[in-house]
Amino acid sequence: MVYLTRKAEFAASHYYHNPDFTAEENRRIFGKCNNPNGHGHNYTLEVTVKGEVDPRSGFVVDLRQLKEVLNREVLDAMDHRFLNKEVPEFSTRIPTTENLAIAIWQRLASKLQKAQLHRVRVYETPDLFVDFYGEA
Amino acid sequence: MKAHLTRRYLFSASHRLHSDDMSDEENAATYGKCNNPYGHGHNYVLGVTVSGPVDEKTGMVCNLVDLDGFVQVAILDRFDRQNLNMLPEFTEVVPTTENLSSMIYDILQRGFTHAHLETVGIEETMMNSFEYAGGSEIRR
Repeated sequence: MVYLTRKAEFAASHYYHNPDFTAEENRRIFGKCNNPNGHGHNYTLEVTVKGEVDPRSGFVVDLRQLKEVLNREVLDAMDHRFLNKEVPEFSTRIPTTENLAIAIWQRLASKLQKAQLHRVRVYETPDLFVDFYGEA
Repeated sequence: MKAHLTRRYLFSASHRLHSDDMSDEENAATYGKCNNPYGHGHNYVLGVTVSGPVDEKTGMVCNLVDLDGFVQVAILDRFDRQNLNMLPEFTEVVPTTENLSSMIYDILQRGFTHAHLETVGIEETMMNSFEYAGGSEIRR
């Protein structure tokens, strides 16, 4: 089994707000991230796939195909977007780094051929990142 | 759904590696330059990884305010800008980064209740890093 990691970067804005909470609860729980005008991050995404090395190609995954899926499913949808307003998953889920990692996993998992998704890591800043392994 | 969250913190401290169980020659041979009696310092990078189900209401494994607040009081206020050898924790324990990692793990394990502690990692320099998961295997 060989693991391969592909990195990508995207910039997006978001804010945290749960309509089921009162305005006061939203401010207390989400702090500055509750500003409804949003704020942004330069996100770094690391997608790790795993699989056996194909004896003919020497590849775990066709990197060109992985890049295409990554560009289409994630970067085209999220780069330079307001996550709350422009990415459908976040009309009902709060666009935390946790939910972003889960949403990216869900977008990628069914689209990858051959290689199996192992981990999605999303850095919100260099000092904060989330790993999702597809666990229920 | 279960996710892992990692937060990095910085602190600076000095230490001297020296064991009272060893002769001066043995200490010098074992610890080399780190045995200098005047000590030396590092900018430590601490990584704390916690895990848990992502709360549907908040979208979070745990609120960063809680994690940052705990680490500030229980770890950074205690170790930042200190000479580790002078702290009660290290009167009988050599302040290697191995020992520092397991000590910080134990502090978090005992006191931080908002999520499950997975791993504590410390970069002592850009070249040396250590990870401790309380005896469990570390997930990659």
